Amino acid sequence: MTHTPTFVSSRAPTVLDVERVRRDFPILTRTVHDRPLVYLDSAASSQRPLAVIDAVRHYDQTSHANIHRGVYVLSEEATAAYEQAHMRVAQFINADWQEIVFTKNTTEALNLVAYAWGLHHLREGDEVVLTQMEHHSNLVPWQQIARRTGARVQYVRVDGQGHLDMEHAASVIGPRTKMVAVTHVSNVLGTVNPVHEFSKMAHAQGALLCVDGAQSIPHMPVDVRALDCDFFAFSGHKMLGPTGIGGLYGKRHILEHLEPFLYGGDMIREVTFEGASWNDLPWKFEAGTPPIAQAIGLAAAVEYLQRLGMDAVRAHEQDLVRYALEQMRQVHDLELYGPEADERGGVVSFNLKGLHPHDMASILDHHGVAIRAGHHCAMPLMQVLGINGTCRASFYVYTTVDEIDVLIEAIGAARRLLRP
Amino acid sequence: MSNEMYQEHILDHYENPHHQGTLAHPALEFRDLNPLCGDEMRIQACLDDRGHLARVCFDGKGCIISLAAASMLMEAVAGKTLEEVKKLDRQDMLELLGVPLTTMRVKYAMLPWRTLMKAILLYEGQRREASATD
Repeated sequence: MTHTPTFVSSRAPTVLDVERVRRDFPILTRTVHDRPLVYLDSAASSQRPLAVIDAVRHYDQTSHANIHRGVYVLSEEATAAYEQAHMRVAQFINADWQEIVFTKNTTEALNLVAYAWGLHHLREGDEVVLTQMEHHSNLVPWQQIARRTGARVQYVRVDGQGHLDMEHAASVIGPRTKMVAVTHVSNVLGTVNPVHEFSKMAHAQGALLCVDGAQSIPHMPVDVRALDCDFFAFSGHKMLGPTGIGGLYGKRHILEHLEPFLYGGDMIREVTFEGASWNDLPWKFEAGTPPIAQAIGLAAAVEYLQRLGMDAVRAHEQDLVRYALEQMRQVHDLELYGPEADERGGVVSFNLKGLHPHDMASILDHHGVAIRAGHHCAMPLMQVLGINGTCRASFYVYTTVDEIDVLIEAIGAARRLLRP
Repeated sequence: MSNEMYQEHILDHYENPHHQGTLAHPALEFRDLNPLCGDEMRIQACLDDRGHLARVCFDGKGCIISLAAASMLMEAVAGKTLEEVKKLDRQDMLELLGVPLTTMRVKYAMLPWRTLMKAILLYEGQRREASATD
């Protein structure tokens, strides 16, 4: 029994019917503190539609077995479904399926690049160029690999509007640069970064480009060939899929020449007492029994997003951000961070003067509104902004304009808590 | 206010904190961070010749709960001996606050207490080292 989504169309629509979409997400019917749930933390983790929940359950109930080794029906079905999941994700971002390595999440995918590529290719005097707006997951691995190899880490500056300073980028990406690792969309500011420009700058210096796509792939069309990036990392649970599954796209010729990251079962071709040789792509990078059910859930999530149409998803979120920014600018003492609506993803970071983000989040929670508060795993960016943290509301396919009104109302209640 | 966490006495301590500031020559000092949110807390203290906490103060960045907790804790330990202060446990700290806290917020509420305990441990360790080298 798989769930049929409530909208049926062979072509991807250009407008999103939010009320219909919401019916696919059972969790949205629950209440929190006796108020309807207003879930505005999809940038941290999105909710799951029935299509995903049912795909995982269907697999668990009918086909579960270990993959690639069993010579029986269950294992063959599981293997086929797991491999199809690679194909579905590959098609979603215009890659070949052998170029999609499943990992636990974005963090593991970025560590894979840092260890498998960085540890073997970086030398003393080499430079890795990051940006000031990186999530810790695209920053700490590079700092550590740099420490071990003697390479240096450089950071492209963020300007006052929350954009990357591209002139500064042009001055730090040079002949010593071997890797440029940049986030596609900032998880704090929502800034959509000019990845293709970085690709040109990096490649002109013979460097590679690694993109942290955790906040872009769920929210906009992504074409890794058009971006011309060498690596692209993402998480399943931010794009309507389960936790425990994510992935790394890598250009085939680069992945082929890369050393494995994790060693063990399923990633080998032959093992002797003296050594081992490696399996074909992508299995060379998928040691051990993978998260099979989660991969199948991710494929269902991708299928769901494709049916909605990524252009429609992007347009919907831009409408929401535009509305949210308009409304929030009218609230006294509310500080907003990041660029204009047309230059950002579905993320709005803000602070109310005099109120710590965690207090804001607690008060909003009592209105049923779930937001994220804190440094958002981007402590260096907080330093640049001169703050300890922000409140962050993030939107997705199921977010409505009415929910933004509830948010604004609850922010008003928080303001009243602070007595004059 | 529907939110039971933010009762009058908590807001009072937040808005008019007791013992907030820094000491020039503290005998005890520790700075700690809450890795979950990046909040920071520094606690300093001076002892009188009978081993009482003659002056205590905190300084930090944090939410209403963690700053109110710091203010209340400083008030509670001022004038006490180290032995008395060391007997304070998590439960005492929660009772001092006297408001219901969610699991996550308990972590923030405990930051001042944890910092103070580490300051005492550090001080006692230094004393032991100093007496061993005498």
